Amino acid sequence: MKLEKKDILGMKDLTVEEINLILETAESFLEISTREIKKVPTLRGKTIINLFYEASTRTRTSFEIAGKRLSADTVNISASTSSVIKGETLIDTARNLEAMNPDVIVIRHSAAGAPHLLASLVKQSIINAGDGAHEHPTQALLDMMTIKEKKGKISGLKVAIVGDITHSRVARSNIYGLSKMGAQVFLAGPATMLPRNIEQMGVKVYNKLEDAIVGADVVMMLRIQLERQKQNIFPSLREYSQHYCLNRSNIKRAKKDVIVMHPGPINRGVEISPDIADDPSYSVILDQVNKGVAVRMALLYLLTGGNE
Amino acid sequence: MKILLTGAKIIDPAQKIDADMDVLLENGKIVKIGSDLLKSVKSKDSEKVKIIELAGMVLTPGLIDMHTHLREPGFEYKETVASGAAAAVAGGFTSIACMPNTSPINDNRSITEFIRRKAAEADLANVYPIGAISKNSEGSQLTEFWDLKDAGVVALSDDGKPVMDAALMRRAMEYAFSLELPIISHCEDINLSGGGLMNEGYYSTILGLGGIPSIAEEAMVARDILIAEFTKTCVHIAHVSTEGSVRLVREAKKRGLRVTAETAPHYFTLTDEYLQGYDTNLKVNPPLRSTQDVAAIKEGLADGTLDVIACDHAPHGRTDKELEFEYADNGISGLETSLALSLNLIKEEVLSWPELIAKMSPNPARILNLSKGTLQVGADADITVIDPQLKWTVDVKTFRSRGKNSPFHGRKMQGKAILTIVGGEIKYVLPSLKV
Amino acid sequence: MTENRNIKIVMDSDGIDRCLTRIAYEILEKNKGKENLVLVGIRTGGVYLAERLQKKISGIEAGKIPLGILDITLYRDDISTSNKKPRLGKTKITFSLDNKKVVLVDDVLFTGRTIRAAMDALIDFGRPKMIQLAVLIDRGHRELPIRADFVGKNLPSSLWEAVSVNLVEKNGIDEVVIEEGT
Ligand SMILES: [Zn+2]
Repeated sequence: MKLEKKDILGMKDLTVEEINLILETAESFLEISTREIKKVPTLRGKTIINLFYEASTRTRTSFEIAGKRLSADTVNISASTSSVIKGETLIDTARNLEAMNPDVIVIRHSAAGAPHLLASLVKQSIINAGDGAHEHPTQALLDMMTIKEKKGKISGLKVAIVGDITHSRVARSNIYGLSKMGAQVFLAGPATMLPRNIEQMGVKVYNKLEDAIVGADVVMMLRIQLERQKQNIFPSLREYSQHYCLNRSNIKRAKKDVIVMHPGPINRGVEISPDIADDPSYSVILDQVNKGVAVRMALLYLLTGGNE
Repeated sequence: MKILLTGAKIIDPAQKIDADMDVLLENGKIVKIGSDLLKSVKSKDSEKVKIIELAGMVLTPGLIDMHTHLREPGFEYKETVASGAAAAVAGGFTSIACMPNTSPINDNRSITEFIRRKAAEADLANVYPIGAISKNSEGSQLTEFWDLKDAGVVALSDDGKPVMDAALMRRAMEYAFSLELPIISHCEDINLSGGGLMNEGYYSTILGLGGIPSIAEEAMVARDILIAEFTKTCVHIAHVSTEGSVRLVREAKKRGLRVTAETAPHYFTLTDEYLQGYDTNLKVNPPLRSTQDVAAIKEGLADGTLDVIACDHAPHGRTDKELEFEYADNGISGLETSLALSLNLIKEEVLSWPELIAKMSPNPARILNLSKGTLQVGADADITVIDPQLKWTVDVKTFRSRGKNSPFHGRKMQGKAILTIVGGEIKYVLPSLKV
Repeated sequence: MTENRNIKIVMDSDGIDRCLTRIAYEILEKNKGKENLVLVGIRTGGVYLAERLQKKISGIEAGKIPLGILDITLYRDDISTSNKKPRLGKTKITFSLDNKKVVLVDDVLFTGRTIRAAMDALIDFGRPKMIQLAVLIDRGHRELPIRADFVGKNLPSSLWEAVSVNLVEKNGIDEVVIEEGT
């Protein structure tokens, strides 16, 4: 079994078979994190570079742990985007990294398409760890793994994604992934947060949270970025939270055994009321984090190979 | 020195000629046009006449590109006046009008004169500078139109940027009209387009790139039409890219307003769907639009709403394009692919030969008040000869332009300028052609 | 393809069962009972054999001894250089291996590389008192200094022959076959 791909750039490019392979492989990797010695020698001698143009402690740490548990050498490079514009371009960086001969480059970048540019320049495998508002495939895979574990399946489920869809790479990746796996995706947000022609992606679109979550098996709440207020996509956090915060009362519209997800970090009381976020009968937010390492181990395992 | 061009099919929309004829050039002018000039020339003074046999070719008045960005002064690594003029004649253009967004901006006589001097030194195509509407194109204070006109500008524009202040645009249109200088408007409401990188629609949504809505263009087209109507002046709309803009211009023309408009080859050739690989060579402003917009542009060309095909030649260096999509500069190096892409319109039966040539020669000449764009006896001997059958593949390495930023690299084309004559002198000849 | 192949059945269902019975007795005899004894089957063939051994041992001495499942893929010495990644199986060892007498169970002992990988994996789970090896077939051709403590049948084979242990649990039939490689 092998992933017939050099790179993981987005869920858009993955087939159902590939997604299943990744999820099944990740399930096998879950066990390693429960061992006393949480390390296997599989990727000894391999080098993984985490190239982060955008601060993200969570994702970077998750990739770093994944690499280390497979015995790969992991190197973290943080570059601020502003210095990149003025100084070294992504192309220079890519050529330099390539000369160091790593096996996998993980890239997080604020500009959509940056991983595609990198992948076109270097022979190494590229994993997109989030590019602008485009895609965040590893987040979608860990979300799908969590859903599969909690619900036993993905196909036929109703998944509601609520919040600023326009600026969310998590939403895009999940829409692609979940739809391919046979789930129905419902979106909710004010019109200012719903990008043009999004319904062409095969989703149902609502303006009210209450309408979108009716009968939902899964509710995924997105993080609201305060700085978007300047673009007038919402007037105030106060008004947003009054209408788009998942709470004890509106969650009753979803299925009884609904699970609540969030890519983190949560703005408590803005997207999710604290009592829901902390209620283990609803919230699977910490499971998501745990699955993150396994999914990333699976991708590193499946992408690295010899020079045959 | 006399040149006799014989055996070609002549297309001269200004004289409504569409026939096999010969053209005789002398002292930079067209001295004779008619059938069978060859015999009389041969019998009289064949030694002193250079005879060029052009069977199977199409001969037209020299093509004029009214929307070109030469990057000199300021960005000579992208393009110089000389390299741009060389690209022009290689693409079949005998005249180009260049936009003022150099560094410094062409907002005063000395820059205009500098560009004209550089063009004279290059001695390839005719280069007509366009002056800025506002000082430093900042949109707050008018430049000295009169002085610019005396220095040689043929039009005014803040192209690259819109004139956001409607009052300033009104004053510019009034003042320019009194001087018979056309105003060329780059229509973009930057509050609506702000942060946008590509056409707003399904593809911007799935690519996660900020969208530029069609209304960012259309709102300004509507505004400028209203100003032109109210002030009884005229305006030329640059690079029309949307269905709505075509409709607005069509309606304005129907009401008899003096509105003219141009589009560029990429707006009737490419759509936003092509952006899926994040190829920065496809990043242009206005952005590539939808299939529906492309169809509307073609309709606008066919029914005469769009008067002109202009390249919007925007050359850039590698370092401006080999970047993340967000950081890359806008523009396509277009002078050397424009003609072949436009010839597709004939194949697709959108335009006839005379209609296409009208949009690439007499129409821009008329808008810019140039006494060009015709093969009338006595006119400047600016001539483009096209081989409509020639099959070739775009290779940016062979571009005369310093800007190798073309999304058409590798594309198979049919039809090419093989001979470009400016002022009676051969300025470009296809290397494989013996003349 | 298959009709041209030369397939020979070298052990049938009864033969396999007799071997396992004997191995079960030998394990108990060598370890003087089932105290501190655990079985770990190597995926996939070894797992079914380990399960059968577990049953046989409990038939001889009452009480079940612990059984673990080991997937050695991640410990293979060719994993980082091969482009074909084997489908990863789950490892399931839910008990401590510290001070245990571990009997590794596999179907065929060949080069010894699988057993090397399995021992590395086991040591990551704890510090067993000792590791023993039980195999149904030993076909020779060792590439590492490894030998089995309990062998069902020694089956000298040539390198171009393939030895496969078919078991009811995965193949629907119990048999050991030897076939000429293509
Ligand atoms: Zn413009």
